[in-house]
Amino acid sequence: MNLLHQIFVEPFLFMGEAPDLLLQVLWEGFVSGILYALIALGFVLIFKASGVFNFAQGIMVVFAALTLVGFYAMGVPAILSLALAIGVMFLLAVTVERVVLRPLVNQPDIILFMATFGITYFLIGFGELIFGGEPKQMITSQLMLPEGRTNLEIAGGFVTIQHIDIAAAAIAVVMIATLGIFFSKTRIGRALRAVADSHKAALSVGISLNQIWVTVWFAAGIVALVTGIMWGARSDVSFALQIIAFKALPVLILGGFTSIPGAIVGGLIIGFGEKIAEFYWGPLVGGGIESWFAYIIALIFLVFRPQGLFGEKIIERI
Amino acid sequence: MIYREAGQFKSNYAADMAVFPLRQDRIGIFVIILLAYSMAYFGSTFMLQAVLIPFLIFALAAIGLNMLVGYTGLLSLGTGAFMGVGAYACYKLMTIFPGVNVIVWIFVSGFFAAGIGVIFGLPSLRIKGFYLAVATLAAQFFLQWTFNRVPWLYNYNVSGAIEAPRRTLFDVHIVGAAATPQARYIVVLTIVILLTWIASNIVHGRIGRQWMAIRDMDIAAELMGIRPFKAKLMAFAVSSYYCGVAGAMMVFLWYGGAEYNVFNIEQSFLILFMVIIGGLGSLIGSFFGAALIFMLPIAMGAFLPAIFAPLGIRVGAETIEHLRFMILGAMIIFFLIVEPHGLARLWQIVKQKLRVWPFPY
Amino acid sequence: MSLRLYGIGALAASVFAASAAVTAAQAQDGIYVPLLSYRTGAFAGSGIPIADGMHDYLTMLNERDGGIGGVPLIIEECETGYDTTRGVECYESVRGNNPVVMNPYSTGITLQLIPRAAVDEIPVLSMAYGLSAAADGTTFPWVFNPPVTYWDGASVFIKHVANVEGGFENLAGKTIGLLHLDAPYGREPIPVLNALAEEHGFEVKLYPVPAQDMQNQSSVWLNIRRDRPDWIYLQGWGAMNPTAVREAVRTNFPVDRLVGVWWAGGDEDARAGGAQAAGYKSLNFHGVGADYPFMDDIITYVHERGLSRFPRDRVGDNLYNRGIYNSMLIAEAIRTAQEVTGNAMVDGADVRLGLEAMNITEERIVEMGMEGFMAPLAISCENHSGHNEVYVAQWDGDAWTQGTDWMSPLTEFVRPLIEEAAQSYAAADAGWPERTEACP
Repeated sequence: MNLLHQIFVEPFLFMGEAPDLLLQVLWEGFVSGILYALIALGFVLIFKASGVFNFAQGIMVVFAALTLVGFYAMGVPAILSLALAIGVMFLLAVTVERVVLRPLVNQPDIILFMATFGITYFLIGFGELIFGGEPKQMITSQLMLPEGRTNLEIAGGFVTIQHIDIAAAAIAVVMIATLGIFFSKTRIGRALRAVADSHKAALSVGISLNQIWVTVWFAAGIVALVTGIMWGARSDVSFALQIIAFKALPVLILGGFTSIPGAIVGGLIIGFGEKIAEFYWGPLVGGGIESWFAYIIALIFLVFRPQGLFGEKIIERI
Repeated sequence: MIYREAGQFKSNYAADMAVFPLRQDRIGIFVIILLAYSMAYFGSTFMLQAVLIPFLIFALAAIGLNMLVGYTGLLSLGTGAFMGVGAYACYKLMTIFPGVNVIVWIFVSGFFAAGIGVIFGLPSLRIKGFYLAVATLAAQFFLQWTFNRVPWLYNYNVSGAIEAPRRTLFDVHIVGAAATPQARYIVVLTIVILLTWIASNIVHGRIGRQWMAIRDMDIAAELMGIRPFKAKLMAFAVSSYYCGVAGAMMVFLWYGGAEYNVFNIEQSFLILFMVIIGGLGSLIGSFFGAALIFMLPIAMGAFLPAIFAPLGIRVGAETIEHLRFMILGAMIIFFLIVEPHGLARLWQIVKQKLRVWPFPY
Repeated sequence: MSLRLYGIGALAASVFAASAAVTAAQAQDGIYVPLLSYRTGAFAGSGIPIADGMHDYLTMLNERDGGIGGVPLIIEECETGYDTTRGVECYESVRGNNPVVMNPYSTGITLQLIPRAAVDEIPVLSMAYGLSAAADGTTFPWVFNPPVTYWDGASVFIKHVANVEGGFENLAGKTIGLLHLDAPYGREPIPVLNALAEEHGFEVKLYPVPAQDMQNQSSVWLNIRRDRPDWIYLQGWGAMNPTAVREAVRTNFPVDRLVGVWWAGGDEDARAGGAQAAGYKSLNFHGVGADYPFMDDIITYVHERGLSRFPRDRVGDNLYNRGIYNSMLIAEAIRTAQEVTGNAMVDGADVRLGLEAMNITEERIVEMGMEGFMAPLAISCENHSGHNEVYVAQWDGDAWTQGTDWMSPLTEFVRPLIEEAAQSYAAADAGWPERTEACP
């Protein structure tokens, strides 16, 4: 009885008692959700166009951010570093397409999945070799991103909002809108959707698969760079950040592997869900449930809707 | 000419269905096992402790995962956690019942892993492919959290680590600090040979054929009268049993102690590499994969400085570490490109060549 | 097809050749000192300055004095990545070369090496890390953790809190948080904090941070905001420390009430918090900055000869100094061992005797050019730590400064706990080897 009270009554009472903390929790959930959504977005882009489950997205986030900071540390101006980092992501896309995807065309999914592990390991070694292993500070102010924070006085407490988080949310929205327009209005975007529907049909109407792959990997690289800047501004840029890739996987299940809106909605659900669960219910079991809570949500969800929130219905033919 | 098959006739069905139909193979296996045991006397301590023991343990875990991924076609990323279940179960059993021999508990602990494996295998009835892979990650993260936050599992040890108490077999120390690598190696080798033999019988028998039918086309398998419910959960149970035993051996016969971080996601991926590089659906491939993935970094650690030293380049330990990562990554991609079916396929090709040599076909 | 076979054949051959090469141990002239370091991975930020500090001091001895007692030191780094498995692999690979002392540089690795030390007769020097109970030399004859243990550290923290709050009697009713890495290292101070809490009537709240969430501490700090602890003791490592300092600033936690253990005292850790991190404290047992006579030697003999990989302008970083302190202990242990045994070439067993007889007096400190850098230190056969004095360093926004005077830990409180813990450690492992010879 006491336990039921602890589970079903006390957390809600506490929410009412300390509305400032509730708002802070919600805000943290929102910000994490946006960042998870961004990583998931990178996954979705590549999965949609090439059917590759790109495990390397997490390391691409770190690698992109590290390249940016690394160039700046070498004395390149911030804006030029940004341009160079984008250039490096383009080179990476071309290389991956040429060296990994093209020779592995038509292989089973699991082989391509494994190949992205190879990319991950290679990028970890390469990135550390060139830029060194110590954590680096993100060049937030040099990129003209807002710094500092605002404390809103609410109900006897305060809610801290970091300006960079507001910027992250705004940039995420802009980026998603741009990607949306790009996919629905441009030639390449439409070609990409054709490829997602059917490789063979797309090839037969003269769409170059190689070009499409470079495009999506490049787009995923840009998404990774933006994600890296935002995460890097919250903490340092280091290889420990690659772990955030695992946070994005439940988002994918929730949203479906092929749906961009799914990635956004899934990211927000996971972000809010895990922060609220950790803060209000975590102490009952010793805390730290953040590490698996998202997976359990996703797992329960999967049993009822195996194709995700927005995923296409899986039709199997015999 | 190496394989002289002339004169070997099969006079009954059982002989034709044997795992090693050729006499030369049987002799070869016997020689390899003999050589493996003789390594206990000829191998240096480093060779046994840092190369052979881990290789055998990883090979066993890879066999376990191969039964799930290679034979049944269910992608799992929770291997590390299932190994952890075996290790923690073994630790609890050893400390609660110190009188029973540790070997018994190593085998029994696998059943705990099997039970947990079945629970986390339940979603496989609804979902497949990468969705299932992500679902098994739930097992990975949840179980790892449990190993850390349930102090009962590590006997309320302040440091949160489990340590191998001293245990003997026939009055020889095999677990704990006093156990020599030689003794541990022989125990590990015996367990691995025994379980490999059992695995070979499972995958070649009725159960293995059911798994392969499920893997190739689950709906067709169902129509042929195979119950996917039973077959899939069986695959999770057997696979987790092997991983659990491997995990228990890893802690008690190799490390001598462990904390929850040992059973992390890296471990799961490492074993998945071994399975894929070695060859999906091949027991010998699991050994090849374990050898390559585990020994390659060790070999590079020894090799790279030797390559750079004559060139006058001073390489630090960390540069070697970076190069190791890069080469490992490149090697994975290289192997996937040249031989997506893994080292086991190469072995098949070589063997086929040997059988017909000196003729081309 | 042929390319494929050749490629794979060559690879397989090289694997076997290399594994054979590994087994052939090389014999060299000199005292072999392996350093388990980590310059890669998530903890590289803390690991690099330490590794360089350790390396540079020993190199300086080689360059300036030709080693110790005329015998050169063979310094070899082995990369562990702060990973226990890799650490044990390193141990196995260096063990064949007769190392005189092991520096695991990770509490996890230390815990693995403790049972083996007695069997392999290689002393383990875990300087102010590892198992606190190992300070009991009668139970752990092969393990050393000078100059202080984590338990001493936690007691100094409580002493400092009492000093600021105006006495131990004012601790009652206070809440003290322990923000720690969720690993054996992070959990070390828990027993002594709990024991002190019982004694003085304050409350201990634990805030574990799993290694994978080191850079994502927002939930933990929300909990801290909810519980409003009066003080926080930070037992973090690697990227966890700068993130914690930054989050403290962000949640308006008073940074002068955030006290890090000595491992949370890196320059980069504090700098991450920006200007508002001024006032952040951490325990320390050696001097800050580079203004010491021996540092000039390190600059002259190591940096100017291009033998160091550490940036010249960062010499004097707190963790760099920490590495130097560690190497000083190694060197003094070897020197003492040479004096005790009379041999120039010493082995692991000799260095153990050297560690047990180590007594670094004021005169010796001046001789080493370390005045002001360290406090006198003595290790005995029973007491493998010494429970020496530490002080609280404070970040002034740009560099670490000596915040308080040197103070001794609550040894009379901690020592019985250590002996009790050592007993229960040995009891949990039936057959734990007795000390082979009694203490003099």
